[in-house]
Amino acid sequence: MEIIVASSIGVLTAGGVYLLLRLRTFPVILGLALMSYAVNVFLFASGRLAVDQSPILSRYGEATYTDPLPQALVLTAIVISFGMTAVLVMIGLGAFLEADSDRIDIEPEDDDAENERSA
Amino acid sequence: MHWIILPVILPALLAPLIAFAMRHDITLARTASVAGTALLLAIALGLAVLAADGTTHVYRLGDWPAPFGIVLVLDRLSALMVLLTSSLALVVLIHAITTGWDAKGRHFHALFQFQLMGICGAFLTGDIFNLFVFFEVLLIASYGLMIHSGGKDRMRAGLQYVVMNLAGSTLFLFALGTLYASTGTLNIADLAVRIPEIPIGEAALVRVAVILLLIVFAVKAALFPVQFWLPATYANAPAPVAALFAIMTKVGAYAILRIHTTAFGPGSPGTEDLAATWLFPAAIMTIALGAFGVLGARRLMPLIAFSVVGSMGTLLVAVAAFSPTATTAALYYMVHSTFAAACLFLVADLVVTRRGTDTLRPKPPTVQNGLFAALFFAAAIAMAGMPPLSGFLGKLLVLDALREPGFIGWAWTAILVGSLLTIVGFARAGSILFWKATATTGSATDAGAMVALPPPATTGQVAPVMLALAGLAALAVFAGPVTAYLGATSAQLFDRQGYVDAVLSPVEER
Repeated sequence: MEIIVASSIGVLTAGGVYLLLRLRTFPVILGLALMSYAVNVFLFASGRLAVDQSPILSRYGEATYTDPLPQALVLTAIVISFGMTAVLVMIGLGAFLEADSDRIDIEPEDDDAENERSA
Repeated sequence: MHWIILPVILPALLAPLIAFAMRHDITLARTASVAGTALLLAIALGLAVLAADGTTHVYRLGDWPAPFGIVLVLDRLSALMVLLTSSLALVVLIHAITTGWDAKGRHFHALFQFQLMGICGAFLTGDIFNLFVFFEVLLIASYGLMIHSGGKDRMRAGLQYVVMNLAGSTLFLFALGTLYASTGTLNIADLAVRIPEIPIGEAALVRVAVILLLIVFAVKAALFPVQFWLPATYANAPAPVAALFAIMTKVGAYAILRIHTTAFGPGSPGTEDLAATWLFPAAIMTIALGAFGVLGARRLMPLIAFSVVGSMGTLLVAVAAFSPTATTAALYYMVHSTFAAACLFLVADLVVTRRGTDTLRPKPPTVQNGLFAALFFAAAIAMAGMPPLSGFLGKLLVLDALREPGFIGWAWTAILVGSLLTIVGFARAGSILFWKATATTGSATDAGAMVALPPPATTGQVAPVMLALAGLAALAVFAGPVTAYLGATSAQLFDRQGYVDAVLSPVEER
């Protein structure tokens, strides 16, 4: 259980970082999505791993329970990362349509061209 | 006492109202936005008066007691930051309206209010996860503002900015997960109780979380080596937005001050050395980088952006000492540099819209060359830290606070040489823009193709710059009372027990 969760977080993060460094819009969006999945699983695991237990205190008897707080945190994180990905896709699309290029890094500006034009 | 939540509620209610009900009527949206921001300023003044007696006010959301529910905490530092935000916002908003920037795209005022909501919330919250949420609120509004009115370069710089911050947010969540796994709480006061109990031998996981949080806040504060997003972002953002962003870097500095002092700061054997060890060299590098950037910039907007990087370095050098005296100096410099940076961006906007380009090349003078030269000169000496404006006093306070043997060599060299380079950079930019302009009147015939001279700046367009400059002058004139207040602020910040007692005190029965 632990090894599966830990390795899946690791693989997702590694893949996310690799894609993030591709510096083109589409891989970067995918990379950020992978990293947000990884961090969601990570947050979920931060309240310790427990199988088949409900996140509420039982009034009847000594039933054990799992920590409910990380679940609330994950819910917030999922909503935010989902919204942010949507915004990123829109901005990426806008930048692609404006600049006709999907590169994230900005090449050094051409000062000479500017000089030619204004001189 | 529902006053404390008003700086969050007011913009949060106003923004959707502007977006839905007033989107077709720019006059109505402008009126509502200015009224809302003025009201926010009034509330912030009220909160500052409320916090001035030194008590830490706590607002329990849903009346849940502290470690279980989310709390908003108002102490002198939070009140100061909210006041700084709202006064800057009003100045910037007037500029955006009188220069017509707000009408160049859609939903400027709604996004502006959402941005204020996020910033005020980040300054008031007493819970780190809640801080993350407010960070996201202010970031998502800033994405919209950053690409306001569009354009190729702005969209691409905006995309870079968004990707950078989304990666930062992911890192923030990893840090929070690690912190929660190792301490079981995310409430700042509760952390301040539990972290000191962790001996150094068992603090490995917490130390990882502390460093991760430091990196996240360093991204926001544009600290070396994660400052590279700032110049492109600020240089390509619409000028009023860049001026408002002057407070965004301070959110990062505030978070370092609050979290790394109250929760992980002096008195916690496991974590107290971390932030100071890493922050100091990074801040020194940031000063150097900002100074060289100012010297090497070939366009006006990146030049100002690099001077912002340099000022963040100076601010964080003082923060890195983690002592009450140095923090007083840091707070004074923070107030100063916020207004100085905003002022420079606003002046630059007035100049650049009339010159047509922000390249640092001699061009024929445009209208009101003398007025703009004077305003730029005043703003530049404020930013570079020359008398008589408050930048000089701010840097003097920082230098004075860093006289311990461990700091003095690096800090004094970096700040003094950095200031000199910044002065040279600004002098060069100013003389190219304004002096050489008058010398090249011969080429004005080339500009005969230009149909008409751009319109001169109206009183309304110059007023915000004047207001900001007056604020800087007042900060210098009333430096005595201001530093006394800031001294009390930093004393309260370092009084961890007072903070913990106020936040974790049991709820009285009603």
